Amino acid sequence: MSETRKITGSEAVILSLIEEGTEVIFGYPGGAIMPVYDALYGFADRIKHVLTRHEQGAIHAAEGYARATGKVGVVMATSGPGATNLITGIADAMIDSTPIVAITGQVGAALLGTDAFQETDVVGISMPVTKWNIQVTRPEDIPGAIAKAFYIARSGRPGPVLIDLTKNAQFGTLDYKYEKCHFIRSYVPKPTPDESKIIEAAKLINSAQKPYVLVGQGVILANAEEEFRAFIEKSGIPFAWTLLGASAMPIDHPLNVGMLGMHGNYAPNIKTNECDVLIAVGMRFDDRVTGDLNRYAKQAKVIHLEIDPAEVDKNVKTTVAVLGDVKETLPLLTRLVEKRDHSQWRKEFDECYEIEKQKVIQHEMYPSKPGLTMAEVIRRINEQTNGDAIIVTDVGQHQMIASRYFKYTNKRSLITSGGLGTMGFGLPAAMGAKIGKPDKQVICVVGDGGLQMTIQEFGTIMEYNIPVKIVLLNNHFLGMVRQWQQLFFERRYSMTELKNPDFMKVAEGYELNHQKVTERAQLDEAISNMLKSDKAFLLEVVVEKEDNVFPMVPSGASVSDILLEATN
Amino acid sequence: MSKIEQYTIIAFSENAVGLLNRITIIFTRRHVNIESLTVSESSLHGIHKFTIVVNTTQDMVQKITKQIEKQVEVLKAYYFTKDEIIFQEIALYKVSTEALLKSNMIETIVRESNARIIEITAEYTVIEKTGHEFETSKLFAELNKHGYVKQFTRSGRIAVTRSNAELLTEFLNARQQEQIELSRN
Repeated sequence: MSETRKITGSEAVILSLIEEGTEVIFGYPGGAIMPVYDALYGFADRIKHVLTRHEQGAIHAAEGYARATGKVGVVMATSGPGATNLITGIADAMIDSTPIVAITGQVGAALLGTDAFQETDVVGISMPVTKWNIQVTRPEDIPGAIAKAFYIARSGRPGPVLIDLTKNAQFGTLDYKYEKCHFIRSYVPKPTPDESKIIEAAKLINSAQKPYVLVGQGVILANAEEEFRAFIEKSGIPFAWTLLGASAMPIDHPLNVGMLGMHGNYAPNIKTNECDVLIAVGMRFDDRVTGDLNRYAKQAKVIHLEIDPAEVDKNVKTTVAVLGDVKETLPLLTRLVEKRDHSQWRKEFDECYEIEKQKVIQHEMYPSKPGLTMAEVIRRINEQTNGDAIIVTDVGQHQMIASRYFKYTNKRSLITSGGLGTMGFGLPAAMGAKIGKPDKQVICVVGDGGLQMTIQEFGTIMEYNIPVKIVLLNNHFLGMVRQWQQLFFERRYSMTELKNPDFMKVAEGYELNHQKVTERAQLDEAISNMLKSDKAFLLEVVVEKEDNVFPMVPSGASVSDILLEATN
Repeated sequence: MSKIEQYTIIAFSENAVGLLNRITIIFTRRHVNIESLTVSESSLHGIHKFTIVVNTTQDMVQKITKQIEKQVEVLKAYYFTKDEIIFQEIALYKVSTEALLKSNMIETIVRESNARIIEITAEYTVIEKTGHEFETSKLFAELNKHGYVKQFTRSGRIAVTRSNAELLTEFLNARQQEQIELSRN
């Protein structure tokens, strides 16, 4: 708590952000947020601001920062187009539960509703995609709104919040005093664990012959990786991970059976419909994980450990719902489960893996054909980093390949747009991740389509000398859409082939180190050059144009009907 | 689970700007039509009460209720079938005073349906009827048999539960306790 003193609303914004531990703001100035930028000018020694080249870049950078560090990402933009340019990223943060505080400028309160220059109802527009939002029209309400915003963004199931500040609130003065928010009467961030549900769940688990655990981002968000490990190792239950649950546990953990979902591993999908007790930990049964719900785990009793009551019974009906923060519920459950060895059952996953290895993995990772595959690029990155890197992806084929084949070793080492599938996420999110984790190797794996959606952020990388490593897997196609066109639209490649610029020249223009690889023999050295570079590096790898990602659960199919190869 | 029935959702909230919008978009996003919606104060100081009527499946109303409760400024949300609550609606009917005076027909209808006349001018008469929808609709049909009704409106549903106090009381007490404990630490 600080002493009361008279300052402007704008200064209160900056001081409040500092009180909340904000190290960096990603943003872009403009008319209606100028007073705050003016206040920022005087605080350059206490808070860093990264000027991106587009507001979408700023919000994705804030997301990358939040995902890499677990802290709240802060983004700032002006009214009107500045604010609307944030919306995609806010929606992305909402569906992927990323803690974000977005601050937007707004026209003066007297002009609200008059269609003034750059006036837009951003509170209305952002309502469906924010956990909470507010318009502040009086300077004295600023510290309270910011305190509430941070509390809501980071507590419970995290998410984005937006504060819209009218210009008069920024200019006006207030008696400043900051009090952190720890309680909101109407908001219960974490349900209190119900002991009887824990007992019920433990009973089911102890009587199971073929129990199977699905782990999601909930474990990462709760910082409960160790609690999860203890649960798994005592119960001896094999586990698979959702896209956002990647890196909750290292790839080489003996009970880790791989990735779930449409392009996940074969065994994790198949075995969903063979297990007798399915234990979902901090995941939300996304349709990309479940496929056809009418043919999903119907034989199994379902236990759902979940912090958000609205997720329970939303897609999959549970036998036992264990509400609460998994950091608290997992240890309670671990205490009651019996030490078991499910190695026979675990072996069944290995048998499936062998099939997948033969049909897919082997020739993806060690191709015999001349064209380069995306998977072999990831394999060589694995070999040279030994999994000690943060992978940030864009959206599409390369995203699935990077998720499937990178050797995740550290916590929070995959940052990817899961729920919204936002192309253009990768590059700015990688910048944010690198700023949040400067000591880590941050590798952005991106396609030629997605890179060009936010390629202007090369400018930010240049200006701030952010040493991200960008692996552009260039197939001259919007590859995932092309794959679907091939498989489900009779190869009618409608609007998916791209005429691309010379990316090396673009990189040169932005003063990035760069190298282009077209031959397998060049790959290892190029990756080594990239990893060794102390500056940002664009490594373009020209890969096979029409490769597909397999296995695949076709849209609307059951997880049991996962395909290992194209049927046409 | 898939049978469509009428449900009444009752949600308690703080008095926050924009909350109504947050709540209605939950319905529109799922293509569920709101049959009626009223917002009023509750018996608890500073706490508002949303009463929302929908025709949908139990599965859907359950999901919607959870989504409403998930909103930061909503304290609690519940859903009920018709039998679980006591509810009422109010309807106003405007007829011409000439028609009222011409015969005793309108007067008889008003008496028999337990409605009442709340305003009479030389030109028009306003009749008020409280009841369930079928009752207010029945009165409309009777009055309008000869085209007497010039204007008609029916309010949204208001409802109280069969529990003794507001359902929220327990929740509020628990929250208060938590706040006290939090401030001690």
